[in-house]
Amino acid sequence: MGNFGACRDVSILSVAPCGPEGAAHGCYLLELENPGLGPAAAGQFVMVRPERFGQNPIWPRPFSICRLTTRTLTLFVQACGRGTDILCGLAAGDKAALWGPLGQGFALEPEIPTVMLAGGVGIAPFVEYAATHPAPSNLSLVFGHRQPLSCYPFAAMAELVGRAEAFCEKTPDDLPVFIERLDAVVAGAASGLILACGPRPFLLTVARLARKYSARAQVSLENRMACGVGGCLGCVEKNALGAYVQTCTEGPVFWVEELALAEDA
Amino acid sequence: MSADVSVRLAGLALKNPVMTASGTFGYGLEFAPYGDLRSLGGIVVKGLSLKPRLGNPMPRIAETPCGMLNAIGLQNCGVEKFLRDKLPLLPHSETPIVANLYACDADEFAELAGVLSGAAGVAALEVNISCPNVKAGGIAFGQDPAMAGRLAEAVKKRAGSKPVWVKLSPNVTDIVEIARAAVLGGADALTCINTLTGMAVDIRSRKPRLANVIGGLSGPAIKPVALRCVWQVCRAVSAPVIAVGGISSAEDVLEFILVGAHAVQIGTANFMRPDMAFRIAERLPGLMEELGIESLDSYRGSLSS
Repeated sequence: MGNFGACRDVSILSVAPCGPEGAAHGCYLLELENPGLGPAAAGQFVMVRPERFGQNPIWPRPFSICRLTTRTLTLFVQACGRGTDILCGLAAGDKAALWGPLGQGFALEPEIPTVMLAGGVGIAPFVEYAATHPAPSNLSLVFGHRQPLSCYPFAAMAELVGRAEAFCEKTPDDLPVFIERLDAVVAGAASGLILACGPRPFLLTVARLARKYSARAQVSLENRMACGVGGCLGCVEKNALGAYVQTCTEGPVFWVEELALAEDA
Repeated sequence: MSADVSVRLAGLALKNPVMTASGTFGYGLEFAPYGDLRSLGGIVVKGLSLKPRLGNPMPRIAETPCGMLNAIGLQNCGVEKFLRDKLPLLPHSETPIVANLYACDADEFAELAGVLSGAAGVAALEVNISCPNVKAGGIAFGQDPAMAGRLAEAVKKRAGSKPVWVKLSPNVTDIVEIARAAVLGGADALTCINTLTGMAVDIRSRKPRLANVIGGLSGPAIKPVALRCVWQVCRAVSAPVIAVGGISSAEDVLEFILVGAHAVQIGTANFMRPDMAFRIAERLPGLMEELGIESLDSYRGSLSS
C-alpha cells in the first residue's frame, strides 16, 4: 500500500509513420511520455486508453513495450480496427491513460544463443529485448511480415543482433515456405532459447515445432483483454492441466509446455 | 462545509455510495495498486460458488458500441479459497466486503450462504439470481417471481446476521414483479441491474464472437435501461436499491441517486481505467458542492415529474 498511482495520464509526444511507406500500410510508432514506469522486462506490456476514446471503444488497448527509456515509452502500432485507428490518428499533446508494465516478460539468458521469432507487429517486444540484452551478438532474429520491411522497426534491430533475416509473405503460397524455414530454424536452435511473438497461427506453429525438436521456447500471446490487470477473466488461456490461466497477469509470455495451445483453443 | 456522501444501507454504514460491481473488480486485490481500497464505499467481489469453477471456453468477451459482452461463466476460486486466501488481505474492517453468491439450485445457494454467514470479514451477501435453476429445467431464478422469492427466503434463512441483497436481472417482462417477490422473500436490499443478454457475430468468419454465443451486455450502452429499472423498482418497493449499469462518472452516480438509489456499483468502467471507481468516489463530494447538494439523503429520489 502507499503508492496508488499506477495508472497515470500522460501526453502523446509524437505519432509517426514507421518508414516512408508506413502511413500507406498503417504502421506507426507512438511515443508517449514515460511517467516513471517501474523497471520493465522485455515482453511486458502496457495498457493505453486515449481520452479520444470517450465511451467508445470501451476497452483500453494492450501493447508490448517496444522501447522504454527514462523519458519516453515507444509503442509499435498497426492500425487495424477502431481502437488502433484512433491511436494512430492521435497528435502530440493528446492525453492518454497509461498503466503498466504488466504481466511477465521473456526469459533472459545472456550467455545462451537466443532466437527471436517475430510475426508482423509481433516484432515490437524484440526491439526492447535486443536493446536491453547484455550480449546482443548472441541473438538472432527471424522475421515474417506482409507489409514492406521498412514499415517495421527491423533495420535498427538487424544492426544490433548477431544475425537477422526477414521473410515477406506476399501470397498464401509463401506461407509453407516460411513454415519450412521456421522448421529449420527451430531444429537448429533446439539447444538454445527460442522466443516468439506474433499472430496466433504463427505461435501455434512455433509451439508445434518446439515440441517436435524438444526446444525450450516461449510464446507471447495476444489474447483479447479488457482490463489488463486480472479483473475481468476475459483473456484466459487453457494451460497444460486444462485450467484457465490469465494472459494479463500470468502471461502474456508463457513457456510452450505450460499451455495446451490446441489448434482450436 | 463539504457534502455528506455517507449512506446507511440495510444495516451497513458506507462512507460513500461508490462500490464495485461483481465480476469487474476481481477479488479487489488486483486493483490495490491503482487506488486505496479503503476509499471505496464497498467492494463486491467476483461471484463465488461452493466449488471452484473453470468457466467458459474462449473467446469470452467482445467489444460492442459503448459496451461489451461477456460470457466468463463464473470462473472463480471457490468460497473456501476466497475466505482463506483473499479475504484476509482485504481491508474488511474499514470497507464493507460483499460476497456475490452463485449456485445452480436453492439448496446450494443456502449452503453457500451458511458458509459465508460465519465469515467475520464479509459484510453482506449479494445473490446472483440470473443463473439457470438446474432443478427447474434451467429457467433462470430471476425470471420467475415465485422462484426469486423462494431463493431470497432460502438464502436469508441461512445468512445469520448478514444483510441479503438480491441482484435482479433486466431480462424479464416486469422487473417490479421480481423485485416485490424478492423483498417479500426477505431481501434486505436489491441490486439493479445485472447484464442484458445479447450477442455479436462476425460476418466474415460467420462465427459468433463469443464461444458461448450469448453473453451479458454491460457498459454505458445499458445505462438508460438501468436507470429505468432502478426508477421503477424504487417507486415500487421500500427496500433500498443499489444501482448498477453503465456508471462511469460522478454525474452518473447522481443520476441514479436522483431516481431513488441508495448506492451504486461501478462495473465495466473499471476496465476503462483501473482507478475509475476511486476517481468517481473522490470526485463525488466536489460535484455535489458544485450543484448545491448537501447530502445524498436530501437528494435521493427528488426527481420531479
